[in-house]
Amino acid sequence: MPTPPAVEAISARKTYGDGQAAVVALKDVSVQIGKGEFFTLLGPSGCGKTTLLRLIAGFETPTAGQILLDGNDITADPPNLRPINTVFQNYALFPHLTVAQNVGFGLEMQGRPRREVEETAAEMLALVKLEAMANRRCSQLSGGQQQRVALARALAPRPKVLLLDEPLSALDLKLRKEMQSELKRLQTETGITFIFVTHDQEEALTMSDRIGVMSAGKILQIGSPRDIYTKPANRFVADFIGETNFLSADLSGQTLTLPGGFRIDLTPAQTKGRQGQVTVALRPEQIRPADQGLSATVTQLVYFGTDMHSHARLSDGTEVVARMQTSPSGEAALHEGQAITLGFAPEAIQVLED
Amino acid sequence: MAKRKDFSVTRLPGFATIALTAFVALYLPIVTLVVYSFNGSETVAIWGGFSLRWYGIAWDNTQVQEATLRSLIIAASAAGIATTVATMAALATTRTGRFKGETLIYVMINQPLMVPEIVTAVALLIVFAAVKVATGYTGLGYLILAHAAFCIPFAYLPIRARLEGMDLSLEIAASDLYATPWQTFRRVTLPLMMPGVIAGAMLAFVISLDDVIITEFVKSAGQDTLPTYMLGQLRRAVTPEVNAISTALLGLTVLMLTAFFILTRTRD
Repeated sequence: MPTPPAVEAISARKTYGDGQAAVVALKDVSVQIGKGEFFTLLGPSGCGKTTLLRLIAGFETPTAGQILLDGNDITADPPNLRPINTVFQNYALFPHLTVAQNVGFGLEMQGRPRREVEETAAEMLALVKLEAMANRRCSQLSGGQQQRVALARALAPRPKVLLLDEPLSALDLKLRKEMQSELKRLQTETGITFIFVTHDQEEALTMSDRIGVMSAGKILQIGSPRDIYTKPANRFVADFIGETNFLSADLSGQTLTLPGGFRIDLTPAQTKGRQGQVTVALRPEQIRPADQGLSATVTQLVYFGTDMHSHARLSDGTEVVARMQTSPSGEAALHEGQAITLGFAPEAIQVLED
Repeated sequence: MAKRKDFSVTRLPGFATIALTAFVALYLPIVTLVVYSFNGSETVAIWGGFSLRWYGIAWDNTQVQEATLRSLIIAASAAGIATTVATMAALATTRTGRFKGETLIYVMINQPLMVPEIVTAVALLIVFAAVKVATGYTGLGYLILAHAAFCIPFAYLPIRARLEGMDLSLEIAASDLYATPWQTFRRVTLPLMMPGVIAGAMLAFVISLDDVIITEFVKSAGQDTLPTYMLGQLRRAVTPEVNAISTALLGLTVLMLTAFFILTRTRD
């Protein structure tokens, strides 16, 4: 018998309010998250990712559907009976307790002996490199330190699943980068399943084993960072993760006709049986000047140091951005108003769902 | 806040005069009271040199002693009851989901602040008279209950303010960390709301200590509190003894209100 996933949501629905004013925050979401996985829920604010997290934590009960932990239905369990801990966006550290007391709180509530509580708290503080702060008040700590205390507090009871609700959003860029690798290290060391919520696509791409992209209360696509980036299922995912160009095209058999009449042959895996009018995505970094390809006119060149963003207009008026490498001297091989042919590998084309 | 600097109320004509008049009107009577409490003469109006004589007389006066003790018993009991009820009311109005008639409940809790005290006093007199006849009980219970009732909003408001200022996610975090609802209350909510509870209790205590109208209507014979005893004294010969008692009461009140301000201002 295969081991059940660490966390599973089955058709989880959450509605706030009732009647005319009802808001559906989560529309029958089903997802399976494996043991020891670093799973990220990614989406813009209001997409339902935090609602899903709160349903897993037990802070809210689903209007319909089920939440399973290791295959057991925990939908009706209150949060204190779930071996799941949360790192809150605002940390929610207890201001009347010391750092060590905060970290030991969960174990103490579980009724563990005082000695064990103190030892584990010290161990956890060592894990997040805050041993020296054990007897401080939380208000005396910096934002980054508070963040680490919140992490230690949530990890101390050795939960089966750790939920992280945009924990890095309050930190400055440098600290955020540090904490990203810190989190990844902690997850590898502890082997605990992490469910991470963020609206930052870069954070999601660099840290996750798998990403679930959410929008308007639904999970649109689940996959590895590479899959999500290179094979976005639809326009929203392609647009939300990284930069991309959208082109209208026509599919006939395996042959794709792009604006200006340029034709290429796609594989069946790419076309997914679609015919007729389709929208395709093409990443800017996949485009090169070539002998064959899309005919365009350069409209604008933007120098970024590492590369050059060339904006070009196709014959049907579509604006396309191509990221091209700069020469060692930083000089552009192109100039505005120049006619150019934009080439790309056929595999770079993604046919999107509607 | 550049605007605020440009417009300063202190530059309005007559500001100094009005401010000074207001302060004099507020504090001159109190200063006079305090000064004349150290009066050595027999009457309030004539200064007879500095003396602690009337403090001694008040201290030795058995009627003052009894009235003081009675006032303290009533104030402590009433503040205790009012604070307990107010704490529960504050929790119920801030820590549950929105419910129908929430505003009505809020208004009802604060009823003593809005209904003229004399109306409450008369109402209590009538009700308690009937209860006295029915039960035969004539103890301090009536005064304690009456005081507790009008002290509730004074205890409720600072506690509610404290609870509203508290981050709800702390209680959610506690439940996330395996605390049962009772443990969450005991270990997180209560310690954090404590300054509000203490402030509420002290405010209730002071309000009860100083009440005249309701006490005057509700008390049975021989149940004078300090303020009603003093009122009774004023009807006869006015001696600096009343000044001495008032000053002592003032001292106690100032002490408690200072503690109240310190407690409500220190947040986390």
